[in-house]
Amino acid sequence: MKLHLKIWRQKDADSEGKLVDYTVDNINPHMSFLEMLDHLNETLILTGGEPVEFDHDCREGICGQCGVMINGIAHGPLKNTTTCQLHMREFKDGENILIEPFRAEAFPVKKDLRVDRSAFDRIISSGGFVSVNTGQAPEANTTRVTHRVTEAAFDAAVCIGCGACVATCKNGSAVLFTAAKIAQLSILPQGQEERVTRVVNMIQQMDEEGFGHCSNTEACQVECPQGISVFHIARMNYEYHRARLLKK
Amino acid sequence: MRLDAKIPEGPLQDKWSVYKRTAKLVNPANRKKLQVIVIGTGLAGSSLAASLGEMGYNVSSFCFQDTPRRAHSVAAQGGVNAAKNYKNDGDSIYRMFADTLKGGDFRSREANVYRMAECSVNLIDQAVAQGVPFGREYGGYLNNRSFGGVQVSRTFYSRGQTGQQLLLGAYQALMRQVGKGTVKLFARHEMLDVVLIDGKARGVIVRNLDTGEIERHAAHAVVLATGGYGKIYFLSTLAMGCNGSAIWRAHKKGALMACPSWIQIHPTSLPQSGDYQSKLTLMSESLRNDGRIWVPQHANDPRKPNDIPEEERDYYLERRYPAFGNLAPRDISSRAAKERIDAGFGIGPLKNAVYLDFARSIREQGQEKIREKYGNLFEMYLKITGYDAYKEPMMISPSAHFSMGGLWVDYELMTTIPGLFALGEANFADHGANRLGANSLLQASVDGYFIAPYTIANYLADEVKTGKISTQHPAFQEAEDQVSNQIRQLIGIKGNRTVDDYHRSLGKILYDYCGLARTEQGLKLAIEQIGALRQDFYKHVSVPGNGDQMNSELEKAGRVADYLELGELMCYDALTRNESCGAHFREEYQTADGEAMRNDAAFQFISAWEWNGKNTTPILHKEPLIFETIKPTVRSYK
Repeated sequence: MKLHLKIWRQKDADSEGKLVDYTVDNINPHMSFLEMLDHLNETLILTGGEPVEFDHDCREGICGQCGVMINGIAHGPLKNTTTCQLHMREFKDGENILIEPFRAEAFPVKKDLRVDRSAFDRIISSGGFVSVNTGQAPEANTTRVTHRVTEAAFDAAVCIGCGACVATCKNGSAVLFTAAKIAQLSILPQGQEERVTRVVNMIQQMDEEGFGHCSNTEACQVECPQGISVFHIARMNYEYHRARLLKK
Repeated sequence: MRLDAKIPEGPLQDKWSVYKRTAKLVNPANRKKLQVIVIGTGLAGSSLAASLGEMGYNVSSFCFQDTPRRAHSVAAQGGVNAAKNYKNDGDSIYRMFADTLKGGDFRSREANVYRMAECSVNLIDQAVAQGVPFGREYGGYLNNRSFGGVQVSRTFYSRGQTGQQLLLGAYQALMRQVGKGTVKLFARHEMLDVVLIDGKARGVIVRNLDTGEIERHAAHAVVLATGGYGKIYFLSTLAMGCNGSAIWRAHKKGALMACPSWIQIHPTSLPQSGDYQSKLTLMSESLRNDGRIWVPQHANDPRKPNDIPEEERDYYLERRYPAFGNLAPRDISSRAAKERIDAGFGIGPLKNAVYLDFARSIREQGQEKIREKYGNLFEMYLKITGYDAYKEPMMISPSAHFSMGGLWVDYELMTTIPGLFALGEANFADHGANRLGANSLLQASVDGYFIAPYTIANYLADEVKTGKISTQHPAFQEAEDQVSNQIRQLIGIKGNRTVDDYHRSLGKILYDYCGLARTEQGLKLAIEQIGALRQDFYKHVSVPGNGDQMNSELEKAGRVADYLELGELMCYDALTRNESCGAHFREEYQTADGEAMRNDAAFQFISAWEWNGKNTTPILHKEPLIFETIKPTVRSYK
């Protein structure tokens, strides 16, 4: 396969970036999207160019480190798939591909396709946990959780923190990410003690980081590699109003 | 050098409690005067940093990823073992200890293995309290599944994402401490050297991967929880960034490396399909609970798998190991696959794979039940290969996975450098020559949550009077200069071969000569070839850009430079062990029916290697293994 790429190049956070054209040849349709970029970089290195910086690590769809906009879609055209799990068989020979970073107000570009997603860590740090020190835990089976509740909590807990929801949202909102953690811990019995403070603190932190508001377009769910449901956002809103009432 | 493992006296089942009740303590008021550096934020690193933070120590936590939650523990799929005996099927701490010791082919320490089994019980409690959503039965109690090498069900799981959920539990505990200010987090920082003052580990040199800046950090103790080095084979199940650099640089500063050639080749990964691949994705061992492994009885059978009738299939694991069948341990399953593939029965376009077939389980349990257990794995398989495993068998193949070898540590998880600890996969301690499935998450977690907090305190108790350690000490300057020089050297070569290209070449040498099967002749050849490749690397590698910026190629170059030395040590290690044990299979030492032949009289010891300078032969030290509770037997799964 031969492909025509348009890639966002930006020296560092303070520089202006621009789209640069590259043509790659001899692309095997079984290559992953990132292996296609590896191929481009090896060619660039050997011809004296500067390789493209992009985020990636596990390359099996679970670490959440990879992620670029491909033809305007977070993680590319295939549903519920991270960039690393997207394969070139999804593209046509001779196709033009536009590759940009996960842009958002709260995700500043660091270099080329890499962005700073540390805001997510700070949201978790503000309350996305159960306060239990090592050694304090009771015997595991004393906390009974029905199969249905566990499965519901798990559906929220699978978030990989890639930021596709933010990148795809026209408002640059992080509510799907934040709601998924709030939902997991407010469904489970272990999370009940901090149910009120957690939602208030996490939403406050989310706002402080400069993420936009949710206007219910539901685009985030469509592009989420884990298919996390927007119903968790409804639950977060419920938890937030409940917390405000209980705090009065 | 005399290696003292510092195993506590007393009966096996009392050793850890004896240690805990006699270990020195640090008064809560003194803890904040003590600084601990933790490198790596996988299960071992995150859980330790969080636990030490909770206790009141000053902790600095480093990872090369952009957030701690991405460390490679996240990718472990199938589960975590614990001797809870919730299934009432005869499990106990002793049984788990015995399974693990036997699984490791009697090449690990009894006391360490027993302690891991003992602490497993607490880990499940801790994780559940954190909100980790383990699989449950309909009544709300915790569920278990079976894993390779055992005959009980002791594996706890969160669908096929157990590592992710356990890591998120530890990550959230860590971020809670970061929020409280007890832990300072340095993401996108890579450790490039450990700093020794008067023989003790006193700090590290790290590089900020976003800016290229070199930084000094001082501490009273340094902990390496930096994972395994299976990525040395280039094609492996590991993440692209996994590396052996932290432990290798510690090794060059004096920490001994134990049994580095003991690398687990996992039987169920996706096969190699061309030279463009950057990794081989793992398909969890848990699939072997419901999947049957087979190859066609006729070599080069051109038929599609579903067209081959039952009687013309060779379910070779069920045939050779009837007692354990498809759940035979990993080393044995991988070798059995290689035997069939080498004999010409491999399947797939490159004839390098075997089938993993779910047809019978789907027929018996229904597709929905199988989807609930392994849905994400089947989806992943579909995305990568384009094939639907609900309709036809998966194609799988062995791939480099876990390093049982690592830094030599004593019972306190301390290396031969005082004040330098190694946890989780970075050490060698618990798995012997072969790790059992679902023991990896376990070891990382118990090292971090339950063991190191005691043993590090025991060390730090004598450091209360040390006072603050200055990064202006000449030892920091020297280490920093060394790191800067290496960066300048790598960038200055300006050759014509990429770093990945060297890495691929090294990987091929290791797969060929220091992989599933090894021979004296092959290993000698590999040592020669790696030496030549290393020389070529320093003449012709191309590292673009410079050191004072974000530069992924430079990061990779540093790691491959280390791999080019570590790979050679692996070959020396394999060459000097004239026996077969666990994952280490020397073709010269096998039984008539192709099973590993151990030599307890001559090789019942841990090989601990000392760095002896560049381009010289490393020095071998031996730690004898003493078995007081279980007499080593020939390991049989038949």
